[in-house]
Amino acid sequence: MNRPAANKTVYQFGYRRSADQDAAKPARRPVVIVGAGPVGLTAAIDLAKRGIPAVILDDADRIGEGSRAICFSKRSLEIMDRLGLGDRLVEKGVVWQLGKVFLGEHQVYSFDLLPETGHRMPAFINLQQYYLEGYLVERAVELPLIDLRWRNRVTAVGKHDGFVRLTIETPEGQYELDTDWCLACDGARSKVRDCLGLKFEGHTFEERFLIADVKMSAEYPTERWFWFDPPFHSGQSALLHRQPDNVWRIDLQLGPDADPEEEKKPERVLPRLERMLGERKFELEWVSVYRFNCARLKKFLHGRVIFVGDSAHQVSPFGARGANSGIQDAENLVWKLALVLNGEAPESLLESYDLERGQAADENIGHSTRSTDFIAPRTKQERVLRNAVLQLAPHAAFARRMVNSGRLSVASEYDSPLTTPDREDFGGSARLGLPVPDAPLEDSGGKRFLLQTLTEDFQLLYVKDGARPNVPEGLRMTAIGEDLIDREGIFTQRFDATPGAAYLLRPDHHLCARMRSYNGNRIRDALARAKGLAK
Amino acid sequence: MTVLKTENGFANPDAAYEALVEAHRRASEAESAALNARLVLILSNHIGDLAVLKEAISLARKAG
Repeated sequence: MNRPAANKTVYQFGYRRSADQDAAKPARRPVVIVGAGPVGLTAAIDLAKRGIPAVILDDADRIGEGSRAICFSKRSLEIMDRLGLGDRLVEKGVVWQLGKVFLGEHQVYSFDLLPETGHRMPAFINLQQYYLEGYLVERAVELPLIDLRWRNRVTAVGKHDGFVRLTIETPEGQYELDTDWCLACDGARSKVRDCLGLKFEGHTFEERFLIADVKMSAEYPTERWFWFDPPFHSGQSALLHRQPDNVWRIDLQLGPDADPEEEKKPERVLPRLERMLGERKFELEWVSVYRFNCARLKKFLHGRVIFVGDSAHQVSPFGARGANSGIQDAENLVWKLALVLNGEAPESLLESYDLERGQAADENIGHSTRSTDFIAPRTKQERVLRNAVLQLAPHAAFARRMVNSGRLSVASEYDSPLTTPDREDFGGSARLGLPVPDAPLEDSGGKRFLLQTLTEDFQLLYVKDGARPNVPEGLRMTAIGEDLIDREGIFTQRFDATPGAAYLLRPDHHLCARMRSYNGNRIRDALARAKGLAK
Repeated sequence: MTVLKTENGFANPDAAYEALVEAHRRASEAESAALNARLVLILSNHIGDLAVLKEAISLARKAG
């Protein structure tokens, strides 16, 4: 008989005493990160790559309580690739890009998340969150600038003039630690947020869902399958999605009145899964019953305390917009914080983190709310309308496009004061405010993807037209047509490139300025603006 | 700013109304509601203009 496995610990870490616990007065650090989840670890590794040391505090000493986030987007993978984990994640993960939506037994809609080639990273991989966290921890411990402290629980946050004082509880008692900047990466139930008395704004959905990760050998394709009103789970919705190690994510809608404790019991879970999976043998890996919020903090920046990831905003799981947006938050913040700490940019640059990632949070909450409203209509008439869309879907294309089982995470486009508006027209898929699209290129060593050649700093892509221009000091220039060859013409097409054109990329690879013909003064101005130095 | 047409658009408005009545005749309340929902979606998409749709919603609300 199938029995739920005890929630397995995949990685176990040890508490170690830090010299800071014996300090006569609190030690002072430039950055302390609260929470060693995907977001906190991403921030710490990215900071270390920029030469900034960070302490990470985490109240646990293990990873492995269920799969939790499983879908990692192309944008997250590109960020992870820059941090040195891209190949490892793609190798372990299940690569996918197709989704199918069924009404009853019949397919009504399908989508392809990456219909073009010429990208290093796939549209999505599925991977249990504990693998990502495990890999990030392994990467973090290789970096001497990262000081990872397990079983260090923050119990108080004091805001002072010019620093933050954290009170930390350990197995050996309490200590205090001061930091210039505190990054609250401590998740949806953020202790730091509670300590500052801050509240989310938004709403909770009443609907309850069952998540079950089951281990089985099955021949289903690696696509995201979503059912409305399936024969095995009448009147509700269901999701099936493959993870590595023959683990499958199953998500079943239970309705608003489901009792979360009862629904977690094997005698309730197993018959539900047997109706779905038939005679197939399976083993339960993880079960959880959840409800969710679509909500955010009004401001992510609270003096020297900065909220990043789920501590700042929360969404439903249907668009894979939780962990993916948290990783993008971290990347957006870190280069700015590094410039501020190095004295190269004013503190006000951090306001753009609040603005840009606030826009992203609003967009994610909007998508997530609309998906949830479609999946779990709140009134009888809303359900009538939703069902009308599903009934029309087999007959009319417009209705298929309205079917919403989750709109999956893509990179956010920033409408930002750091961007220099275009003066000339540009086509192609490269857009101001978005990360630049990838493209297959060649250098002296052979084939290279554009994104593999990018660094951690501001950089200029220049389309060769005669001699190389003299770029401002410290700005790295790559000449397309000299350093990198666009043999397939895909770069030219995606960037709408013409000889002499120049593209300025931020350290997070978002495009912040472009021009048809290189102009040193315009590049200098754009660079100043992107660093928050513009008057 | 008004983009919604409210003057008569049909050559034969009585026939248009009759077609709608016909569609609902002998339908149960639930069937009628479902039919109306499908009709609203079909017609909304045919119009294809969010501003018109929003004005229509607001007029429908105001009149009820």
